[in-house]
Amino acid sequence: MFNHSDLIALTITLKLALIATLVLLVLGTPLAWWLARSKWRYKYLLEAAIALPLILPPTVLGFYLLLALGPNGMVGGALGAMGGRPLAFTFTGLVIGSVFYSLPFVVQPLQNAFAAIGKRPMEVAATLGASPIDRFFSVAMPLARPGFVTAAVLGFAHAIGEFGVVLMIGGNIPGETQVVSIAIYDHVESLEYANAHWLSAGLLVLSFGLLVVVYAYNGKFRALRL
Amino acid sequence: MSIESELGIYAQFKVAHNDFALDVDLKIPEQGVTAIFGPSGSGKTTLLRSIAGLENHPNGLMTFGGLTWQRKDTFVPTHLRSIGYVFQEASLFTHLNVKANLEYGGKRRATSNNCEGLEQAVELLGIRHLLARMPSTLSGGERQRVAIARALASSPKILLMDEPLASLDHVRKQEIMPFLESLHRALKIPILYVSHSIDEVMRLADQLVLLDNGKVIATGPVNEVLTQLDLPIASDEDAATLIETTLAAHDEEYQLSYLDFIGGRISVPLLDTQIGSEVRIRIAARDVSLTLQHQRETSILNIFPAAVDQIEELAGAQVMVRLLAAGVPILARLTHKSVALLNLRPGSQVFVQAKSVAILS
Repeated sequence: MFNHSDLIALTITLKLALIATLVLLVLGTPLAWWLARSKWRYKYLLEAAIALPLILPPTVLGFYLLLALGPNGMVGGALGAMGGRPLAFTFTGLVIGSVFYSLPFVVQPLQNAFAAIGKRPMEVAATLGASPIDRFFSVAMPLARPGFVTAAVLGFAHAIGEFGVVLMIGGNIPGETQVVSIAIYDHVESLEYANAHWLSAGLLVLSFGLLVVVYAYNGKFRALRL
Repeated sequence: MSIESELGIYAQFKVAHNDFALDVDLKIPEQGVTAIFGPSGSGKTTLLRSIAGLENHPNGLMTFGGLTWQRKDTFVPTHLRSIGYVFQEASLFTHLNVKANLEYGGKRRATSNNCEGLEQAVELLGIRHLLARMPSTLSGGERQRVAIARALASSPKILLMDEPLASLDHVRKQEIMPFLESLHRALKIPILYVSHSIDEVMRLADQLVLLDNGKVIATGPVNEVLTQLDLPIASDEDAATLIETTLAAHDEEYQLSYLDFIGGRISVPLLDTQIGSEVRIRIAARDVSLTLQHQRETSILNIFPAAVDQIEELAGAQVMVRLLAAGVPILARLTHKSVALLNLRPGSQVFVQAKSVAILS
């Protein structure tokens, strides 16, 4: 079964995915709302940038993040100048990497869900006295619920499975930045197939379970919709 | 006197897009139902949305009941305007049940009579039995009734309705029409009712604003506008006259009810309405014939005196004659030949014979 360091890797993985998902929902919701509503001419540029992690090798993303977050990078350097320590090879660095890496998986379902609502329910709410913020929370968010479920589950599942970005900017520090996907890689390298099996099967079951939740929920919701 | 201090609705909008223009300068009384009528694309909906603040066109001017909603650098956003708005589609919140839909506005507009407004709306639209249902389980007609009740539930100061029946089939329209007619009687707030159906206008409106191509071509009391011979509406195949009458008596023997108006008495099949109630009737111009003497030996019951006011040539053999029966305008569609035979001209005294009369409320 799982050995001690596997359990720690599992804990770090879940913690990382959870925090990244929360950050993604907080940042992704206004971004997706803006993308769904904006008539800005060059909106597609931003949409393309957000979609990049879908096709870019994670190592490329990880490489640039490493440069940015490292002691000589823009972000890392600025932090260093302020007396902080660089973010490369830290858990915080991993969270930042995960957020970039999973951004499209959260923003796209939310953007689609917001776009599907259309303008009308928001106009109705306005004629009933609801301010823009009030309309967003009382109408747009509840109506976009399937989008939120999809976004949260996909973001979480994707963050769990990440490998390349983590490898580049996380190093492989047990207890700090060693996540399950990398632990599996280590086990295989050391020919510890039994351990690799346990972790792999665990991730497989977890990921499948999460996707089942998304599809079951969205299917049920569609049937209920007008 | 400045515009703000006047009661009623004052709206001045100038919108120009590539394919569409709206240019109105309109005063609407602060009571009764004002229908905004015109063909598709005439700017009815844009006008209503501009009044609601759902569209913000620069240089608009809009005041209501002494409040400025739009002027140069002022634009009161929709949610701060005390309006009720009914869209063409019911547009209920699908995540809320009927009751929560109705309460949505009241929770946000803190006025003293919210509960009253909600109760009255539920009662008027007959939807008490639907309160616990989800919108997806309602029929199209029920949904639109809930939508109208929702607009009323927060006790707005004005009700704006954008073709509330247009998305419904004939049967559903007939289901909702009685509720709209009762709104007309029960509500003290002004109602703006956008429609391209002359039948709805005749049933519901007190005032009529005629829009064409983004411009107001006529405005006034509904029957005045309907009987204005220089407007396309009066030369239409379905041109008709509305008369407001009072139910004077029932006649059980002949199964008739007698309706009085200033120009005479009209008999209709027995009505199930109280004596003294107001009844609006419609007489189609093609159902009116004229005689110089009061015919006694005729099967037609509804005969009353009138004077010819105007005569307008129509295409072909037809002529439209505008009459005044003690000041009440009435349209008659005749042939050129009849007009010549009777030697009709403005001022001629005649008798109006109405072959059939439709009860509208």
